[in-house]
Amino acid sequence: MQEITLTQRTKNSFHRWLVPAWIIILILLAVFIPQQVDKQNVWNLFFLICLHISLAQSWNILAGFAGQNSLGHAAFFGIGAWVTRTLWFHGTPFVLAFISGGLAAVVFAMLIGAPTFRLRGAYFAIGTLGVAEVLRITASQNFPLISTMSGSMIATYNLSARYYLALGLAMATTGAAYILLRSPWSLGILAVREDEEAAQATGVHVLRHKLLALSLSSFFAGLAGGVFAFQQISYYPSAPFSPLWTFDSLLITFIGGLGTLAGPLIGAIFFVVVREQLAVNLVEFHQVIFGILFILIVLVFPGGLVEAWERISKSFKRK
Amino acid sequence: MSIESFLQTLVYGVFVGGIYGIAAMGLALVFGVLKMLNIAHGELVMLGGYASFWAFSTLGMDPFASLVIVIPALFIVGLALDRTVYRHIVRLLGEEKIKNSLLVSFGLTLVLQNLAQWLFTADERAIQVAYAGEGLNLMGVTMPYTRLGSLLIALLVTLGLNYFLHHTYPGKAILATAEDFEAAELAGINIHRVYMMTFALGAALASIAGTFVTVTYGLSPSIGIIWTLKALIVIVLAGTGSILGAFPAGILLGIVEAVSGAFIGATYREVIGLVIFLLVLILRPQGLFVGKN
Repeated sequence: MQEITLTQRTKNSFHRWLVPAWIIILILLAVFIPQQVDKQNVWNLFFLICLHISLAQSWNILAGFAGQNSLGHAAFFGIGAWVTRTLWFHGTPFVLAFISGGLAAVVFAMLIGAPTFRLRGAYFAIGTLGVAEVLRITASQNFPLISTMSGSMIATYNLSARYYLALGLAMATTGAAYILLRSPWSLGILAVREDEEAAQATGVHVLRHKLLALSLSSFFAGLAGGVFAFQQISYYPSAPFSPLWTFDSLLITFIGGLGTLAGPLIGAIFFVVVREQLAVNLVEFHQVIFGILFILIVLVFPGGLVEAWERISKSFKRK
Repeated sequence: MSIESFLQTLVYGVFVGGIYGIAAMGLALVFGVLKMLNIAHGELVMLGGYASFWAFSTLGMDPFASLVIVIPALFIVGLALDRTVYRHIVRLLGEEKIKNSLLVSFGLTLVLQNLAQWLFTADERAIQVAYAGEGLNLMGVTMPYTRLGSLLIALLVTLGLNYFLHHTYPGKAILATAEDFEAAELAGINIHRVYMMTFALGAALASIAGTFVTVTYGLSPSIGIIWTLKALIVIVLAGTGSILGAFPAGILLGIVEAVSGAFIGATYREVIGLVIFLLVLILRPQGLFVGKN
């Protein structure tokens, strides 16, 4: 008896160190691999992974934790990109423009969230989808010209700085999701996801918890948009409003595991690496494959890779 | 703005609204009966548009006459989609069903749009009928025949659907299932058959809207999501659960968009629909055409 508890304890303390050790290794790899390889496409690949981690994790905070499916995450991403780029191009220091982008996304999110969260069901999803599309169309009609960095900006352009900003944001978003799960708010937020009426009946202020999750989510999505605006040398102002950004966040979160901290991380790495391969080989068809993959995951295996891993490791433990 | 140009704007608003109405009616029907939101409804509008485009360009059929082919074609597409995808969602209950239907149909949007791009290319298509430029002129207000025809057919379809739902046996079975699927099943209605037929009917209604879109505007694989959005706004205006209310609500949205677009500039027209959507949710969430109960 004594022996079992002893091994258990050593095992537990080993497990306690396993996760932080993994995190440190991951961060070190993320910091040093692109620096050591120092190739344009490697910087780009790592940048894309980090950008997608932030965006997907921000969607996960809202949909995975609070159970509110936003179908217009591109709206927050796009607003962040637009505000950041516009302010930055007009001479605002980048950091200030960047934060303003995130805050502007929060303001828009509140405009949609406040009226739609009071109602049950799909109104929030419709509202966010609507905002994203309306902003995309309005942007493409009113700003049809491509937005390009000025010559002096291009002259001092440094991709590694862009990457480290994206990496920092990916870490901050994941950290925020972690803190949120550890905070006293988490029980309320998870309760809202599981059963809104039961949560309400036990005294959880449903609307407040939904809005909290939404503001965090939209803030980080807006910042991700800011990173995009900082990295891209030229793009059409309507591009960050494309529904594809929303779809990518959904797909990544579902591939990894909805409502888990590691899900968006694993999903983003998988998604970006596979997409870079597919986009080269199956130019027109790769979105179809991703769409079908997404439908299959939602219908057949909603737990994603995290659940698959848990099942596998459990079946090993049993042996 | 002169009275004439105001009337002209108003009339065009009604024409556009008729298309909104018919596009929303299919979505409202599916939502009301299957209790799931099909974000891919706009893609069915797009596919319907392509069906009529190909009927026009290869068989030389008049777009309005081509409805004879287009409607059954999309009815079959609807059946296939229900069998392969949506029947897995219909089984779920309550919130879970809505959420999954939103996610899955959002994914399907991407699949259908990219398939269409692959099959039909991203080129903009349009149907130019011989009578395209002609129309009635009433007190200085022009009414092109294509638009009049669309509105007239939309109206007929609405009346026909009304008759079908309230005065025929299968229609009543659909309404009964919408009201209470368990009671309907107990009364001997095969609700899975009803679900399948309703979804296919929704796709058929979308194809009518698609034909009008192709005649009126033009067609490309990416138009779907815009029409989904319009249909969703119309449904919220009409009140979720009101199927036939979608038609007047669509016309209302068309008029409001046209008139306000004339005042604040056409490039900001899309914003109005969204503002209306949010206002209705704040002030009258049960919809404009539904009594309080």
